[in-house]
Amino acid sequence: MIYWQLFYEFLTIGLVAIGGGLVTIPFLADLSEKFGWFSLDELTDIIAISEITPGTIGINVATFAGFKTGGIIGGIIATLGLALPAFIILLFFSNFILRYKSNPTFQSILFGIRPAAIALILYAGLVIAKLSLTEWKTQLLSLILLILSFIIKKSPIFYIAISAIAGIIFEM
Amino acid sequence: MPSLAEIFAVFFKIGMFTFGGGGVMIAWIQDELVRKKKWLKDEDFLYFYAIAQCTPGIIAINVATMVGYTLRKKAGAIVSTIAVILPSIMVILLIASLLPDITTNVTIMHAFNGIRASVVAIITNVAVNMLINNVKDWRGRSIFALAFLLLIIFAISPVTTVIFGCAAGISAQKIPVGKKEKI
Repeated sequence: MIYWQLFYEFLTIGLVAIGGGLVTIPFLADLSEKFGWFSLDELTDIIAISEITPGTIGINVATFAGFKTGGIIGGIIATLGLALPAFIILLFFSNFILRYKSNPTFQSILFGIRPAAIALILYAGLVIAKLSLTEWKTQLLSLILLILSFIIKKSPIFYIAISAIAGIIFEM
Repeated sequence: MPSLAEIFAVFFKIGMFTFGGGGVMIAWIQDELVRKKKWLKDEDFLYFYAIAQCTPGIIAINVATMVGYTLRKKAGAIVSTIAVILPSIMVILLIASLLPDITTNVTIMHAFNGIRASVVAIITNVAVNMLINNVKDWRGRSIFALAFLLLIIFAISPVTTVIFGCAAGISAQKIPVGKKEKI
């Protein structure tokens, strides 16, 4: 049955894809070759669409791929399959963290994890900059918004709205 | 302690207004839950983020699950995870049939290219503010600088970066500092 197979395949991807949504993409390319549920061209479209719709790319791609394969129910099943393994693992982890939060060794580990996590966030920004800020207009806009974000502390939606309008006006 | 309905509302809003991928969602979660609602501290948020890197699945969703658990245990985790995923499922299913029109629409693509510029600014702002507010002594700053250099030069994986952070944290605590500080 197609739904069961969709669920199983996306559950497997959800279990092995460590490092976030973009990591799921090579696995989806495999699915395309293995089952022909969607073509590689369609997968490319799915990724482009996912970037301009709300939500994380990994979840969007799963919903879309599931929809292509098994309609609305397929979309829901694929998404649940992808999210389930992480959910179960994290329930365990969260419980563990709350329990051992005051342990001295755990505190030392957290002392080092915090700056490392910040380095990862900053690096993610750098990677996206390299990939997507390929012309001077977007580079300049990004720099202006960055400076602005330190002066007037607004919520992310403010910068997203400004940048979308700027993108249309200046034809980026 | 926030109610399940409040948790649902906040995460649904975050899921709805995250354009540009998980990095922006991370910025949203920090802005809404740490800065505005104060349900969470930056330090909690950061180790959730580190753990989310090393566990399977989508990073931002993983952070949402852990935040939900911290607020209202298992029920909180279920509510936050579903609420953050729900908007994207609904929108994707809705536009699935409109696909060709969207990718060929020039205005939408221009808007999207603009949004990409803000994504970089939003993520960088979050990282710099967290560094200023949460990593105040030279040992922490050195760990940050080293991790960032390793990422740029050797493109080490997120899991390796977090393991490096753990090891550096344990070693750093053995270095005596002038005054005893609170972590």
